[in-house]
Amino acid sequence: MNLMHYWRAMWGIIGRELWRFVTQRERFISALVRPLVWLFVFAAGFRAALGLAITPPYETYILYEVYITPGLIGMIQLFNGMQSSLSMVYDREMGSMRILMVCPLPRWFLLLSKLLAGTGVSILQVYVFLGISWFYDIHAPWQGYLWILPALVLSGLMLGALGLLLSSFIKQLENFAGVMNFVIFPMFFMSTALYPLWKMKESSAFLSQLAQYNPFSQAVEMIRFALYGQFNQQACLYTLVAFVVFMAAAIVGYNPSKGMMVKKGGG
Amino acid sequence: MKTLPALAIENLSFSYGGKKALDQLNFSINAGECTVLLGPNGAGKSTLFSLITHLYDSHEGRIQLCGFDIKQQTRLALSKLGVVFQQTTLDMDLSVLQNLYYHTALHGLSRQQANVRIQQELERLNMYERRFEKIRQLNGGHRRRVEIARALLHKPSVLLLDEPTVGLDVPSRLAIVEYVHQLAEEEKLAVLWASHLIDEIYPEDHLIVLHKGQIKAKGTVNDVLDASQSTQIKDAFYSLTQGEQA
Repeated sequence: MNLMHYWRAMWGIIGRELWRFVTQRERFISALVRPLVWLFVFAAGFRAALGLAITPPYETYILYEVYITPGLIGMIQLFNGMQSSLSMVYDREMGSMRILMVCPLPRWFLLLSKLLAGTGVSILQVYVFLGISWFYDIHAPWQGYLWILPALVLSGLMLGALGLLLSSFIKQLENFAGVMNFVIFPMFFMSTALYPLWKMKESSAFLSQLAQYNPFSQAVEMIRFALYGQFNQQACLYTLVAFVVFMAAAIVGYNPSKGMMVKKGGG
Repeated sequence: MKTLPALAIENLSFSYGGKKALDQLNFSINAGECTVLLGPNGAGKSTLFSLITHLYDSHEGRIQLCGFDIKQQTRLALSKLGVVFQQTTLDMDLSVLQNLYYHTALHGLSRQQANVRIQQELERLNMYERRFEKIRQLNGGHRRRVEIARALLHKPSVLLLDEPTVGLDVPSRLAIVEYVHQLAEEEKLAVLWASHLIDEIYPEDHLIVLHKGQIKAKGTVNDVLDASQSTQIKDAFYSLTQGEQA
């Protein structure tokens, strides 16, 4: 039981996830099509309807497509986090989760490795999305493409941990539709991904408050600032704390004596 | 000097909510022994396997693998364990080799060690030449062989098999039964095989008859026959489980 064991196991888990992602071409394409439709269709339609003031990190007037790009990056990671959680529920139902859980390593480490693997996949998707956006004239400073990487790691971990937490509570695959309605959609629409806080405040102060405390908003803002080479400390800390809370709860959820696994019963 | 049993279960009980699934189980398996766990559906076989593999945790009783307590020394205990679950746990879209590499990584083996072990185990099961094929392309019997090979890659001392022959045709079933018995004898593996197929039992096997969470009989085949005053295992099983279907 040495460090090398941890290292090999972690890369084994990450490698498997990446390989699965590469071989499942439909998953790769659908993961890209979703944000691209929003960018090419939704944003183009909304461009005229929504006027944007100059707010940090932007230093000039921007097109709506430019504004929602960080939100769509967040969307990729949000869906990916939920997709990972869906695959955990599927793996648990199908049994392959057991192979991971019976290996001689601490459960928190296995879950964290699984999370890192999912985050790695989401980062690949984000960079491909950014590459396509470049040809659609959405350009950020070149440093931004580097600065965004640590931000993506943190936001990917936070959203993945949320997915992990949900997967520990979901008993069956069929219940996953509820997650879409009660988690993904409210989280996405009640955030700064599509419209800035001040704009939301104009129509509802209450909604803007909710959006402000939504961890997804904070992750999007962290990504937005990083893409323009700036560090948003508050968003970063908020995302970090949300990650720690979700992860700790997920570890409890997967604990054989305390968590939900026991209550699910068996043969 | 007395050697420790490879698997020891002491006073093990487990409940789902208020419903008792296992009640005061006691048994042990030594190296080189093949023990068949017989029980009808709902007897508690899968629950017992989930406890031995630490997927569930019991507050009552004790499980030790080669002397390591599953609750206190979880990682050491699990490193001694190889498992073939009832459902296929292979990744269908990955090749045989990729599935096995994944397992060796989880057990901390280097790529060099992994290559040697994978070749050894697959060759023993006549599967080495099929290592690049995707699992999806293999039939049920071959998938099971891959799972058995995988369970042995990290050289465990205890092998758990949860109804591994369900859904297989007769030749595949017999081949697997024969192979596992051979492993127990030659590799000195302690095998716990959950089954409800009586023809999978060899005369030299040990038996545990589990019914409604309780052990109704245990020992060699002859011990169980004597305890139930039967001449055939089938009759012994029916009388011990009050006629329930295996």
